[in-house]
Amino acid sequence: MTINFTIFIQNLLNGLMVGGLYALIAVGYTMVYGILGLINFAFGDIMAMGIYFAYYGATLIRLNFPFAIVFSLITTAVLGILIDRLAYKPLRNAPRISALITAIGVSFFIESFAVVFFGPNYKPFLDVLEDKTIAFQSFIIGNVYIPKIIFIILGVTAAALVVLFLIVYRTKIGMAMRAISADIPTTSLMGINVDMVIGVTFAISSALAALAGVMWALRYPSFYPYTGFVPGLKAFIAAVLGGIGSIGGAVLGGILLGVIEMMLITFFPTLMQYKDAFSFIILIIILLVKPAGLLGKRTVEKV
Amino acid sequence: MTKKAKRDTTLTVLLIIGMIIFLQVANTTFDSYEKQVLSLMAIYGIMAVSLNLVNGITGIFSLGHAGFILLGAYTSALLTIPSEQKIAMFIIQPPSPLIANLHADFLTATIMGGLVAAFGAFIIGFPVLRLSGDYLAIASLGFSEVLRIFALNLQSVTNGSLGLKGIPNYTNVWWSWGWLVVTVIFVVSLVKSSYGRALLAIRDNSIAAEAMGINVFKHTLLSFVISAFFAGVSGALYAHWLTTIDPRITTFGPTLTYYVLIMVVLGGLGSITGSVVGAVLFAFLMEWLRVFEQPFTLFGRSFPAIQGMRMLVLSVLFVVTMIVWKRGIFGRSELTWDAIINFFKKFGKKADERGVGK
Amino acid sequence: MIQDNERNGKNGKPDKKEKNIVLKMDHITMQFGGLTAVDDFDNVVYEGEILGIIGPNGAGKTTAFNVITGIYYPTKGRVIFDGIDITPYRPHQVTHLGIARTFQNIRLFANLTVIDNVLVAQHHLLSGNDADALLKKNGKEKKVRGHLWFWRAVTKIGYNKTERKMKEEAMRILKKLELDNLSHEKASSLPYGQQRKLEIARALATEPKLLLLDEPAAGMNPRESEELLQFIKYIRDEFKLTIILIEHDMKVVMGVCERIIVMDSGKIIAEGTPEEISKNPKVIEAYLGKEWEYAGA
Repeated sequence: MTINFTIFIQNLLNGLMVGGLYALIAVGYTMVYGILGLINFAFGDIMAMGIYFAYYGATLIRLNFPFAIVFSLITTAVLGILIDRLAYKPLRNAPRISALITAIGVSFFIESFAVVFFGPNYKPFLDVLEDKTIAFQSFIIGNVYIPKIIFIILGVTAAALVVLFLIVYRTKIGMAMRAISADIPTTSLMGINVDMVIGVTFAISSALAALAGVMWALRYPSFYPYTGFVPGLKAFIAAVLGGIGSIGGAVLGGILLGVIEMMLITFFPTLMQYKDAFSFIILIIILLVKPAGLLGKRTVEKV
Repeated sequence: MTKKAKRDTTLTVLLIIGMIIFLQVANTTFDSYEKQVLSLMAIYGIMAVSLNLVNGITGIFSLGHAGFILLGAYTSALLTIPSEQKIAMFIIQPPSPLIANLHADFLTATIMGGLVAAFGAFIIGFPVLRLSGDYLAIASLGFSEVLRIFALNLQSVTNGSLGLKGIPNYTNVWWSWGWLVVTVIFVVSLVKSSYGRALLAIRDNSIAAEAMGINVFKHTLLSFVISAFFAGVSGALYAHWLTTIDPRITTFGPTLTYYVLIMVVLGGLGSITGSVVGAVLFAFLMEWLRVFEQPFTLFGRSFPAIQGMRMLVLSVLFVVTMIVWKRGIFGRSELTWDAIINFFKKFGKKADERGVGK
Repeated sequence: MIQDNERNGKNGKPDKKEKNIVLKMDHITMQFGGLTAVDDFDNVVYEGEILGIIGPNGAGKTTAFNVITGIYYPTKGRVIFDGIDITPYRPHQVTHLGIARTFQNIRLFANLTVIDNVLVAQHHLLSGNDADALLKKNGKEKKVRGHLWFWRAVTKIGYNKTERKMKEEAMRILKKLELDNLSHEKASSLPYGQQRKLEIARALATEPKLLLLDEPAAGMNPRESEELLQFIKYIRDEFKLTIILIEHDMKVVMGVCERIIVMDSGKIIAEGTPEEISKNPKVIEAYLGKEWEYAGA
């Protein structure tokens, strides 16, 4: 089997890009899971809301695209905090399954909200750009055409991840997050405002999801209320693949998943349609073979 | 005790007779739209009761119900659609000879739908049921998506993304309510047996259940397979009610699982009668809220049609139920004849007291 | 005097060898990562005895139980029960073969009634259990009563009589444990002491030969502990059991056990009758000494 070198390079970069976006959302899953033991099923939908906020920021409020992104990050962060306060906080001590069902309800609510208030149809994201040609410009290296947008997305994703790591490992609030994920009761005894830290966690992870959403929409520019569903699930798979609870794991898992998916398409183009099914099969294999993921720690229930 | 059991059996038989009379009356007096809604209530009821067997009674949280409904829907529809119609419909790729030539009557097709779904659950159960908690939930959701993706792409079997159209509309109130009765009787008599106790024990404490000699995996698989059988049956009825199958996220995808989950949670996770009530309520709300999706007037002002309004209302109801009214309508308890009789006794007493007071 | 005891012990042992061995723990080692929870545990349990396992927290007592009941697969060694190597068997199979247990932190079916808790424990005699093949292979009687029970249960054809018999049996056990008047209460609504009793009732309903009790006196006051002693002896005689008992409370063990094994950091450090154990300097140092320090601090 001969693989066209050009296609290989293009797909590899595409895989890195998509993987980076998975990583941005997966970090959110993993941070919330690490702290609350909750799978925030709604992250994909939060990402979709990030796209809508950026879109309306640019088209309705007529913000410049960079400001539209900032607007989207802030509003989505607020949305994340609201979701936590209204839906998850009352269930902190309830069984984990109740929290999961509620998270599904929240996801369903956001989707329905978007259908009612933003309309059920696809919207063109590139309306946010003054000059749409940017999205179609390419670098030409030898005979390889690579869209510029891929490099922009890769750069932004990398920068966001660096900022995130700085927050988590170099600031006080980051230290508090890590402390809470180790042990909530003890941390609150140390005089740390647990609710505040959880709020900040939701804000950061939602903002990351929004950023991922905007990047996603630049690459795949038509979006609708269910746009977040598949990337949300993929990001969850990435988080599990890397080891849920581990931020480094989420990044690794996201990039791996993105690259693996694209390589599957590169080497077996006929399986293109089954790409998503393949990801789920990876998830199930990981859960069965190495449930703690690549970088996670295994916990055993005490009998 | 036997006296009570006899009374309960008598009352149940009377209820079923009453239901038959009601359905007969409904069948002759209701218009076709009302009859459609009546059938849908029962179809939703089967979906909810079967999901409740796994999620409420056995206590393993599966989100794969739409996958089994999908299996039942495709299997049955491919059996009832006439051969020539199938060949005409599969325009991208002709149907494989097996698909083109197999044919069956509606009852056989429905049972086959159930069996194929049950077989699917048996295969999927081996990996999925070894997981626990939220991992199991996501993995089962994943498998139902895998099934849907296959349905979207196996052109020669499912007609791919074009879906199936012109499925004969065999589902009427008799089929749907008849199957609901079969489902409820089967599940109730399962729960009220040693097997049901074992499932409830697994829900309460699976480690202790294992230590009491219960093969937890085998029993959860059993409940998963039975649940999938009835999900498949409901899928068959649903397909012959809709008359089309369109494998999108919002029709036979996770959204359908969420619908069923809403019914089960509304009725009370773990209560079979609750699931039936939840399903009837859900179907009723879905239809009643339809008014918002056409131009409507409220407080003397007219509003334009709001697309998606009913899902918004139902999702709010769902989240609020989870947060505020955690137990749903019935919690884990069943609506038994005892409860009904006691309720009326109490009600009567209160009325008497009031009468005396005056 | 110490020599006297030692001689008595030696004289005692040949005597015990005439008894049947029910359980043999053959050089069991259980490691978790780098941690050795049980280190070369090698001992036997004789039919009809009440054996106590004591030791400070983290000595590996519960881990030993978990190895016997199939929750853990040992790193090394074998467990032989009634002449059958049960090391590779899963907890439900081990129960079917005749070992029942209770848990340190009570694990009742909290939302089921008292009688349903006991009925659940009889389910494996009806539903079929893969361990049955093993019984047959070893020339023992199969325990499953009949077949096609699932369909009988759902259709209720030829089922109600069995159900009635199971209920009678459950009530018989509950009566012996003086829980019969609570049979329709929710298990979680019982007081703590009754919950412990119900756990034992439930274990008895599985029809065991060997009963493992994990800290049955935990959380009980001295009077309740005393009652428990009598109760344990009573069920041993009444149900013809062999009992292994993990206990933290020295008094309970001394009062009821005929033989005691002392564990510390995964190892057996002493074995003998209660009198021997109470005078063994190693035990006093490793176990009682620590306890005293604890009390002092």
